[in-house]
Amino acid sequence: MDTQDTQASDARPVLEGPDIARVLTRIAHEIVERAKGADDVVLLGIPTRGVFLAQRLAAKLEEITDRKIPCGSLDITMYRDDLRMHPPRALARTEIPGDGIDGRLVVLVDDVLFSGRTVRAALDALNDVGRPRAVQLAVLVDRGHRELPIRADYVGKNLPTSLRETVKVQLAEEDGRDTVLLGAKQTQ
Amino acid sequence: MQRHLISAADLTRDDAVLILDTAEEMARVADRPIKKLPTLRGRTIVNLFFEDSTRTRISFEAAEKRLSADVINFSAKGSSVSKGESLKDTAQTLEAMGVDAVVIRHGASGAPYRLANSGWIDAAVINAGDGTHQHPTQALLDAFTMRRRLVGRDAGLGQDLSGRRITIVGDVLHSRVARSNVDLLHTLGAEVTVVAPPTLVPVGVETWPCEVSYDLDSTLTKSDAVMMLRVQRERMNAAFFPTEREYSRRYGLDGERMARMPEHAIVMHPGPMVRGMEITAEVADSDRCTVVEQVANGVSIRMAVLYLLLGGAEPAVTHARIEEK
Repeated sequence: MDTQDTQASDARPVLEGPDIARVLTRIAHEIVERAKGADDVVLLGIPTRGVFLAQRLAAKLEEITDRKIPCGSLDITMYRDDLRMHPPRALARTEIPGDGIDGRLVVLVDDVLFSGRTVRAALDALNDVGRPRAVQLAVLVDRGHRELPIRADYVGKNLPTSLRETVKVQLAEEDGRDTVLLGAKQTQ
Repeated sequence: MQRHLISAADLTRDDAVLILDTAEEMARVADRPIKKLPTLRGRTIVNLFFEDSTRTRISFEAAEKRLSADVINFSAKGSSVSKGESLKDTAQTLEAMGVDAVVIRHGASGAPYRLANSGWIDAAVINAGDGTHQHPTQALLDAFTMRRRLVGRDAGLGQDLSGRRITIVGDVLHSRVARSNVDLLHTLGAEVTVVAPPTLVPVGVETWPCEVSYDLDSTLTKSDAVMMLRVQRERMNAAFFPTEREYSRRYGLDGERMARMPEHAIVMHPGPMVRGMEITAEVADSDRCTVVEQVANGVSIRMAVLYLLLGGAEPAVTHARIEEK
């Protein structure tokens, strides 16, 4: 997850509202196709914006399959590998759907895939919650620069970036509008 | 850099709310099959108990273990302290072993403060009760219990206790729980009234941010929470009231008095309860009494405090009073 603030003035939108909606529709169809009907799919969003994306995906999946899709959130703060490099962060909510994740196909949902460290933490967190049949990863944007052997199963948009750039996802639920911004890192 | 929790009065309103919010998330770990988080892996915490304690020590130990810290338990009985070792030497022994945090309970008021500010050790110091001074994690867990019951679990997130009326009844003179609660509840915006016989009200109470009353019945009817304190016989070498029966008649909580409280109001007790003295069995066993809930909440609060003080590179909780010095 990329949390660096980008000033709106020098940031360029790479995905707008309608693009994001189309991308999510495509990912929903891919999930149904790969999971052969998505019978046992559980969506878990990684706070903050991954949760909203998971909820939107669940709504699309319900449209496609006509079934209720369990959807929750998985906070990874306590599993981060850089805890000792920053002051303690505020915790977010972990909400596992009622039937749990044992024996199910868990699809983790996040906004930006970058170093892969968030996903590694999420895999550790999942371990303490139960034992899924399989775990897959869906992200809105893959910006590259992986530091761990992790890859996404469903990617909204591959966005080749340099390390001097920032990627910021804004979603209506949190930021009032849907957009993905590519900007230059602030030099301070 | 200072990173201690010595007094509830050191916490700002935002700090206190952050601790309560963090505890709310920690509480959810207790509902999981694996009640364990890797957050404090590799940190060593010593529980340094110079005074007897059951629930506080066990609660701290449970919290430390759920966060994967290494725990060393120390009680004064059976240690070198009984051979005459001073606090300073004990502290330096711990420092030499490389501990990251010390949870200390001591009979002398100010012992944790001394430990934190003496330069004897680098570890974070968490006060688990010192003499008749402070017991900050108890006040935090009480505030957490009140927020859950009076505001709501999810509705309470980010909220304080503004406008709630809390009554603290009993042996205020000897109670570190009362002192911590008055400080913290005031910070969180609650209106606090302490009720006690005049002999059990400390000198200087007029400087506390609370009201004082000698009449339980008149304050009960307008309280959102009533906290009963244990009469601390072990600290009473003088007679503070004529007979126990008279005390319990005027300041004890029985079913009849409880019925006069507002319908939503809760009864709290930091434990251990003396049934028949400050609280009757009927009240202690009723749904409105939160004693058992307070114990469960204690683990969540202590996890939150440990995480916020030790979980990162520097503590997330600021300490205005200590950092000035």
